[in-house]
Amino acid sequence: MWNDIKPAFFMLIIWTVITGIVYPLAVTGIAQAIFPSRANGSLIVVNGKAAGSALIGQHFIDPKYFWGRPSATAPMPYNAGASSGSNLGPTNPALIEAVATRIKTLREADPDQRNPVPIDLVTASGSGLDPHISPAAAEYQINRVAEARKLNPESVRKLVARHTEGRQLGLFGELRVNVLELNLALDGLR
Amino acid sequence: MTMYGGLQIGLYIAVLLGLVQPLGGYMARVYEGRSAVNRWLAPVERLIYRCSRVNPNQEMRWTHYALVVLWFNLFGALAVFTLQRLQVLLPLNPQHLPGVSADSSFNTAISYVSNTNWQGYGGETTMSYFTQMLGLAVQNFLSAATGIAVVIALIRGFARHAEETIGNFWVDMTRTTLYVLLPLSTVLALGLVSQGVIQNFTAYKTVPLLQPVSYEQPKADGGKPVTDAAGNPLSEAVTIPEQTLPMGPVASQEAIKELGTNGGGFFNANSAHPFENPTPLSNFLEMLAILLIPAALCYTFGHMVGDTRQGWAVLAAMTFIFIVMAVAAVYFEQQGNPAFAALGVDQNASALQSGGNMEGKETRFGVVHSALFATITTAASCGAVNAMHDSFTPLGGLVPMWLMQLGEVVFGGVGSGLYGMLVFAIIAVFIAGLMIGRTPEYLGKKLEIYEMKMASVVILVTPLLVLAGTAVAVMLVAGRAGISNPGAHGFSEVLYAWSSAANNNGSAFAGLSANTPFYNSLLGSAMWFGRFGVIVAVLAIAGSLVIKKRAPGGAGSLPTHGPLFVVLLVSTVLLVGALTYVPALALGPVVEHLLMIAGK
Repeated sequence: MWNDIKPAFFMLIIWTVITGIVYPLAVTGIAQAIFPSRANGSLIVVNGKAAGSALIGQHFIDPKYFWGRPSATAPMPYNAGASSGSNLGPTNPALIEAVATRIKTLREADPDQRNPVPIDLVTASGSGLDPHISPAAAEYQINRVAEARKLNPESVRKLVARHTEGRQLGLFGELRVNVLELNLALDGLR
Repeated sequence: MTMYGGLQIGLYIAVLLGLVQPLGGYMARVYEGRSAVNRWLAPVERLIYRCSRVNPNQEMRWTHYALVVLWFNLFGALAVFTLQRLQVLLPLNPQHLPGVSADSSFNTAISYVSNTNWQGYGGETTMSYFTQMLGLAVQNFLSAATGIAVVIALIRGFARHAEETIGNFWVDMTRTTLYVLLPLSTVLALGLVSQGVIQNFTAYKTVPLLQPVSYEQPKADGGKPVTDAAGNPLSEAVTIPEQTLPMGPVASQEAIKELGTNGGGFFNANSAHPFENPTPLSNFLEMLAILLIPAALCYTFGHMVGDTRQGWAVLAAMTFIFIVMAVAAVYFEQQGNPAFAALGVDQNASALQSGGNMEGKETRFGVVHSALFATITTAASCGAVNAMHDSFTPLGGLVPMWLMQLGEVVFGGVGSGLYGMLVFAIIAVFIAGLMIGRTPEYLGKKLEIYEMKMASVVILVTPLLVLAGTAVAVMLVAGRAGISNPGAHGFSEVLYAWSSAANNNGSAFAGLSANTPFYNSLLGSAMWFGRFGVIVAVLAIAGSLVIKKRAPGGAGSLPTHGPLFVVLLVSTVLLVGALTYVPALALGPVVEHLLMIAGK
């Protein structure tokens, strides 16, 4: 039996060194050399200072900003230190109530907007940190943002279009608008 | 289903199947020691054997092979357990995370060595970089290598004739890790970093919020909640001007997490987290990586038994079931939630939005890439998620649950999927033999009482764990305490947890609070027996087959490379899965679906 235990022990040690130390260090070395910005969190730099990450959403409730997806992280929304979805089931009354409340808030912020609410604007994302909304959800908010900022809706619409990403390589994924980048650009417009 | 949805499923299958032959052929040559890399890296391989006191030329009988598999995994589990308990004393812990509780450490240790990677914990708030790298990521490699080694041993049972041994576990495991997993992981990790997956060792970063967040939190005085005169807890308003961004060596772990069908995320939100899966392209790469090795192994199998058509037939059966399931999942998620339609919500797919049931899904993936990922991760025993399965529509969530319950044989985990499917092939041939009254044979090997007994063990171990475990959990207060959603969905949460643990998947209806001593210990045990109970029985089959001489096929034997066999194999898998689980599924997702469409 000892002849089987010895290799089991040594193999574990050897592979721990190779796959647990050498491999991640090698990948880190190459990644930091080729893709330094991405390997370190894709930070948005404004005036030499980090202003958030292009990949991690932030929470907006001011009418002058575009709002992102609802977030189910605790204790506050968009808590990047503890990613989480709501895990509410499709027939859970708490989910239906949460969606109804979000619709009410959106309607109160812009009583003139009578179109149906795009689904992604009233449902929590899987990570709670979704940086994007659909172009439909952005379009829904253009008038409210333009009014709050005393801007022409058309110029806001153009800005949204400029921040809309298409399907990647023309093939993969959905059309999307990065909310933080769009709001930073809006602040730059003033 | 939308055109785009059909296109994505088609594109995925095409790319996957295109890679089967090159990788599968390469792996066959690696295990036979005939590949060019065997020569280039021979000194490294020899050094590993010398340092670990292994004689690579020593062949093992199945009992010996099984024994060293168990020793190796036992030590692996002890190492992961110890690292978690002691992480506060170890380096690379910039957040000063404390040691993990004993029951959670036990669960996670078994979870990672059994290739399950169930997460009862939230990664960014629990595990130090040291634990992630030297504990969890190491087992991502080694549990994957164990699964592949076992299927290679089973293939030798078919390929060799009138012999007694099925290979050397240390050689199979070493070659898998060195020549297959490490090179593929390195390439994939760098591909993921190019999309924005992070890879560093810095402490968590703090960035300003463009609009500070205000929220109410319970008022506390020295750890005790403050209450008003009537005894109600008081809350106070807090405003936070900053956001904490978690960091870490994510890409290196993410790559092997998918390639080894492990699935344990660096972060709590797993592949829904933008730092694990930032773009639709990274998502496609991750989906591809999950089924890559399980699909390629079918070709390796055909190649090693000397008839590649045998491998393609098994692959065809897997692909057929997979496509049906993927279409179903995408269809039901695209339908959306009827309760929202009444509230004035637009759930239709259009040029401007993906529409459908977006609760728990990310905008960049939409409904199609989320439902497809869910199908892939549960077809394989991966368990990574890029959307919260708990929030899927009832029938959209039934697809991943049933794929696990089929025994993880539709591609399945690396190695484990193919050995599971080959056991189903043995059962299918046996049933066919009964129909025509002949002794069944597969690949020239007569199947007799011993093989059928062991195959029955493989087929019965996991349903026993799932159904008995679910029944016990819903009967006990400690089991029901974890349920978060009311009604039929709450039952689904428990059924999903046991299906996931016993079949070594690791995904969850994550509303279930499973980080309790009750669930940690019981699910941990289910993972162990679901993994190693099956492995020992599979190796026993290999050991019994390898002794047999090749029986020449006659006019009455069933050809196992044609469409007839594929239909038979698909029917056997679906029939066993349906007969075992329909009653339980009827109580969960089916009832919930009927309630949902009735508007209740």
